[in-house]
Amino acid sequence: MALADVKQSATEARLAALSLPEGGCLSVARQAALSRVQTLGLPGRRDEYWKYTRPDTLTAAEATQASVFVTDEAPMFDEFDRLKIVFVDGVYNPEASDDLSLEGVQIDRIADICCQDIHWAKDLYGVLEARGQSPVARPLAALNTAFAQDGVAIHVTGKPSKPINLVYVHSDEASDAILHHVIRVEAGAEATILENGPAASRFNKCMEIDIADTGKLHLVRAQGRDHERRAATHLFARLGTESVFKSFTLTVNGILTRNEAVVELLGDDAIAHIAGACVGDGEFHHDDTVFITHDAVNCESRQVFKKVLRNGATGVFQGKILVKEGAQKTDGYQISQSLLLDDDSQFLAKPELEIYADDVICSHGSTTGAIDEEALFYLRSRGVPADEATDLLTLAFLAEAVEEIEDGEIAAAIVARLEGWLSRRR
Amino acid sequence: MLEIKNLHVKLEDEDKQILKGLDLTVEAGKVHAIMGPNGSGKSTLSYVLSGRDGYEVTEGSATLAGEDLLELDPEERAALGVFLAFQYPVEIPGVGNMTFLRTAVNSQRKARGEEELSAADFLKSIRAKAKELKIDADMLKRPVNVGFSGGEKKRNEILQMAMLEPKMCILDETDSGLDVDAMKLVAEGVNALRDEGRGFLVITHYQRLLDHIKPDVVHILADGKIVKTGGPELAMEVENNGYAGILAEVS
Repeated sequence: MALADVKQSATEARLAALSLPEGGCLSVARQAALSRVQTLGLPGRRDEYWKYTRPDTLTAAEATQASVFVTDEAPMFDEFDRLKIVFVDGVYNPEASDDLSLEGVQIDRIADICCQDIHWAKDLYGVLEARGQSPVARPLAALNTAFAQDGVAIHVTGKPSKPINLVYVHSDEASDAILHHVIRVEAGAEATILENGPAASRFNKCMEIDIADTGKLHLVRAQGRDHERRAATHLFARLGTESVFKSFTLTVNGILTRNEAVVELLGDDAIAHIAGACVGDGEFHHDDTVFITHDAVNCESRQVFKKVLRNGATGVFQGKILVKEGAQKTDGYQISQSLLLDDDSQFLAKPELEIYADDVICSHGSTTGAIDEEALFYLRSRGVPADEATDLLTLAFLAEAVEEIEDGEIAAAIVARLEGWLSRRR
Repeated sequence: MLEIKNLHVKLEDEDKQILKGLDLTVEAGKVHAIMGPNGSGKSTLSYVLSGRDGYEVTEGSATLAGEDLLELDPEERAALGVFLAFQYPVEIPGVGNMTFLRTAVNSQRKARGEEELSAADFLKSIRAKAKELKIDADMLKRPVNVGFSGGEKKRNEILQMAMLEPKMCILDETDSGLDVDAMKLVAEGVNALRDEGRGFLVITHYQRLLDHIKPDVVHILADGKIVKTGGPELAMEVENNGYAGILAEVS
């Protein structure tokens, strides 16, 4: 079916501003992705999947300028022993990055892979993204696959001794970055990947994650404090038998964020947890869109999303659990909650369950509320000042999401950031 | 210690007068009990003294050691020494009991210009006090009151009281929902805190709590006023004849 005129012209305008990188072994994948974008068209306001979030600034030919936020706060994860890979406005920066060699993992730049004829990433790049286009189209991810300027391919074959930290620095007010990472975790291997920073004025990021049987991957990201940045991110994960994938995202500020996560549980006994905590003040729009497919027996999935909103901030949650025929003994859990600190903020939630197996447990819930006055009075009656009591209750509200992070030290670092946000708003 | 004069209180949202000229003085070192039928204003009194929203004082005063309580925020009253043991202690998921207590103790110390308690000193103190109240380490670690039984919640209130060392303890129907053993344990905790410098106001429906916490003075509250004051024998009279007899006699 032909695209509507408006969509057609918007898509053409965006594509005209981009050029396909030299492909090498990825050129087929890039060409195919370009065709997907042309067929699907970029998201428009009338698309059901974008009902609560305006896509226009994400799809426009030019990125809106965004000032670079200056803070004396140390960058997230600085205190951790990690392998640092730095991208400045979406371009790999070798000077700021660590040496890429680490036992148990092979790391290559996507730009380097492009020159090679054969590379493992060829079988992953664009593959999970293409699978993720159905049943719901994700054209911004296809756009990413076609035009990504940079990114890394991480092949986890053992248990690296420290986390790999992807650091996204924003330095140019007009920057428009497209990054694409592919990660393959082999059987029995386990790694932690940290991501932090705003990346660019406009950031389109795609991460494809393929976890083999019994592999484990932990992903913790902090999306940076730049007030004016915009981001659309996609995470595609495919899980094998007895594999584990745990993802947590912290979002503090940013004018617009759309985080999509598309997870397929394809092997029996696999576990996927996708969690997020966001705190927004003022002109802040944060959208978590999650799609988890159970296509194997006895798998567990959890979606835990918490949003604290004030001064007219908006939170969106679209979360789906699809249990396919035969995916018996599925244990699916989904919770999305918002804490509105005033009357001006709003939370829009669309939880969905679609179940074709009869022996499953799936629970979901969504709530919107204010600070519990009873609890607040209780704390104050014990001498805790109102501000501190409110902060305690706000952190308590976010705790369920933060607890999804397995590593206690990383979780503590995330809590410290949240405390910082709260104390700056007293 | 606590001095309440001609206190008139109405609900903020409704035109409903609850307290209608209540006078009460609790001296340091004494235990006063307030008994009264349902709807007489007992809980309202405890909430007004501790600063809960939703009540409007239309007349009268309440002071603690000469300080006007009614002008203060709940946390300021707490720092001055007011403590309310809740009839229904509030569950706070996500806030650890220990974190909560330490924040409370140190907030009060800070407000009074005292040095904060070190983690080690706090731990030592809370362990000793928890042990006396048969509160185990697990209960201290759990979120405040979450999953606690009725008895555990009330013991947790008394533990907070012991840690905060208030000047004026108000116990709002602390006996409700307790079996005899739990009530004894709570009463022992309260009795251990009886002190020359501390006043108690024990609000209860029934005489049975007063078997364990022996009051110096007993007041009968009815329709927003203290209608009769006497010694411990007054509580026995309520037990034997109910409120109806006393109220008839007063009117």
